[in-house]
Amino acid sequence: MDLNYTADELAFRADVRAFMKAKLPTDIAAKGASGEALNKADMDLWHARLNEQGYLAGAWPKSFGGAEWSAVQKHIFEEETAFAHAPRIVPFGVGMLAPVLQAFGSKEQQDYYLPRILSGEDWWCQGYSEPGAGSDLASLKTKAVRDGDHYIVNGQKTWTTLGQFANKIFCLVRTSSEGRQQQGISFLLIDMDTPGIEVRPIILIDGVHEVNEVWFTDVRVPVENLVGKENMGWTYAKYLLTHERTGIAGVGFANAGLASLKRVAKTEMHHGRPLIEDPHFAARLARIEIDLMAMATTNMRVVAGADAGAAPGAESSMLKVKGSIIRQQINDLARRAVGPWAIPFVSEDLDSNIYHPGPDYSAKASNTYLNNRKISIYGGSNEVQRGIITKAILGL
Amino acid sequence: MDFNHTEERRMLADSLRRTLERGASWSDLAELGVLGALFTEDEGGFGGDGYDIAVVFEELGRAGCTLPVLEAGLAGGLLADCGKSDLVEQVIGGELRVALAHAEPGLRYDIGPITTTANSGTISGRKSVVSAVDEADLLIVSAMDNGTLSLFSVDPKGAGVTLHTTPSLDGGTVSEVTLDAAPATALGGEISMLEARLATATLAVCADAVGAIETVKEMTLDYLRTRTQFGVPIGKFQALQHRMADVAIEIEMARSAVINLAGHVKATPIERDRQVSAAKNLVGRTAHLVAEESIQMHGGIAMTEEYALAPLARRLVAVDHRFGDEDWHLERFIRLSA
Repeated sequence: MDLNYTADELAFRADVRAFMKAKLPTDIAAKGASGEALNKADMDLWHARLNEQGYLAGAWPKSFGGAEWSAVQKHIFEEETAFAHAPRIVPFGVGMLAPVLQAFGSKEQQDYYLPRILSGEDWWCQGYSEPGAGSDLASLKTKAVRDGDHYIVNGQKTWTTLGQFANKIFCLVRTSSEGRQQQGISFLLIDMDTPGIEVRPIILIDGVHEVNEVWFTDVRVPVENLVGKENMGWTYAKYLLTHERTGIAGVGFANAGLASLKRVAKTEMHHGRPLIEDPHFAARLARIEIDLMAMATTNMRVVAGADAGAAPGAESSMLKVKGSIIRQQINDLARRAVGPWAIPFVSEDLDSNIYHPGPDYSAKASNTYLNNRKISIYGGSNEVQRGIITKAILGL
Repeated sequence: MDFNHTEERRMLADSLRRTLERGASWSDLAELGVLGALFTEDEGGFGGDGYDIAVVFEELGRAGCTLPVLEAGLAGGLLADCGKSDLVEQVIGGELRVALAHAEPGLRYDIGPITTTANSGTISGRKSVVSAVDEADLLIVSAMDNGTLSLFSVDPKGAGVTLHTTPSLDGGTVSEVTLDAAPATALGGEISMLEARLATATLAVCADAVGAIETVKEMTLDYLRTRTQFGVPIGKFQALQHRMADVAIEIEMARSAVINLAGHVKATPIERDRQVSAAKNLVGRTAHLVAEESIQMHGGIAMTEEYALAPLARRLVAVDHRFGDEDWHLERFIRLSA
């Protein structure tokens, strides 16, 4: 038992921290700290700087030009990203599609797509969920029918995060209705410029355009855009779900959020004293901090296990449930902390010329709280995760 | 970072588990080296690290052991602090049983101020809810001596000592101890020693709780798999599945809290006690959550004294009352974090 990082890991952390200090533009960090949405230019710039440093492909295998970070290194990078209020790596290309292509894609697909992911030439989005297929993803209905050298795709995807910026989408589509639902699904790469694709914005509860609906009407996709084998898409999707799991607990975000919350609570006044000295508030805060201390170690136990070769399977469901609850509790307390300043509701995507009247730190407290209700829903809702825990860990 | 125990600790845990399954006596524990594992090499033992304590007490909790090992480490540790290596050697060998009488009526969980007083070789005062005195050969007593807290040894069966002993929630005994000019030997010692040993004893309670929790979890899972209602095992009902999944998550959090604390028992006093309070708050919450949830998921059978869950559930409830409950530790955590 040893709770300390190795000298190499500490050196890696120092490198990442120095990089953040040198390369993260202050305006982007300020947006990150206040919870303001980033625009595409912000995200593109950060993507490019990470790529120059070799950090973008940090988690990729060396055979694909990556740095093959250990799970502990990935965790350190995520922690430092959150600590610096840097944008997280947009995961769809780098963290989600790339591992699938590396494991199941053809040589041609790997050679063509992987460099374009790193260069930023391609911005990928994810076509998984459908209006009728949420937690029951395998019931998806978007259909791909073979027609010579093409698939003809018809259907609708939803919750497509940042799809408005994407030029490519990887989709789960139904290629067979025989056998179990899971057996008739294929993994297709689709160009967003293809005729018949329409992207419609969905404005979320915090007033932000973050997700979209994507409609497919007789969209012709070349057969070489199939990843792996036809009807094997569910296997690839599941591989993806178990792949990038070190960050699932969101400990870095939670630590950064808690630090911001403490700063706010030292500034806001209550009965003439800093809010942080109010016993009721202090008790709520302390309880979250105590949970987070245990969560950080729970996370590291799973991360260290992953480095030792144990696949973090169902344990990551535990991390997701508890990690999302802790983050939501921090957001909840951050909203309470700003008091009545939580009431003015200003969102750039709704009204670009209205400014929040309160202190800067209060402007996004409600918006962030509302937006992060998503984290116990997406990626398999907490109820789905409890189902996985029940079967895989508890054997019930 | 490494979350595996050393080979030696794993071996000690394994043999302790097997010994406890057979029903261990005090001399069995001494022979096995369990008592020695509570003390450092300098003190005459071969452990004393936070993770040694964690490993030993997790097994004791898992087995529901009611032998006063915690008291041996706590009172014996104070003897070591006071340089009484001959007595420590007897404690490690299992020949001398010791207990600490410190808490007093009205203090709840606070360490002071105490009112028991030393006066020309005797001690007078009242000590409250003292564990395992009835089996002790020697009582370590804290008392004010010229305005300073000092430690004394007292013969619990000697003159001027009256015990009122009752069974305790965790399966042992507790006594109200009245000292009326009881002859006492001065050991020296000071409050910082007491605070450090209480920190380690709190780790022991937390690790013990995690062990007992594991047993309760296995019993509950077993019951969910085998108890049939409405024609199916009750573990097939989602209402119970999700309850159990949440409990399982909290158990992992408690395990992590013990690991955190074990890694900090030798830290500076403020950081140490901040970690003690973080862990004890969380483990205290988890312990009574597991007790309540396991009783609820079992249903009526868990309300009976005959079913094996009863002593374990009581033990878990008692966790929150030893060395500070979740509120006491939350308050101290806030104070030490400021």
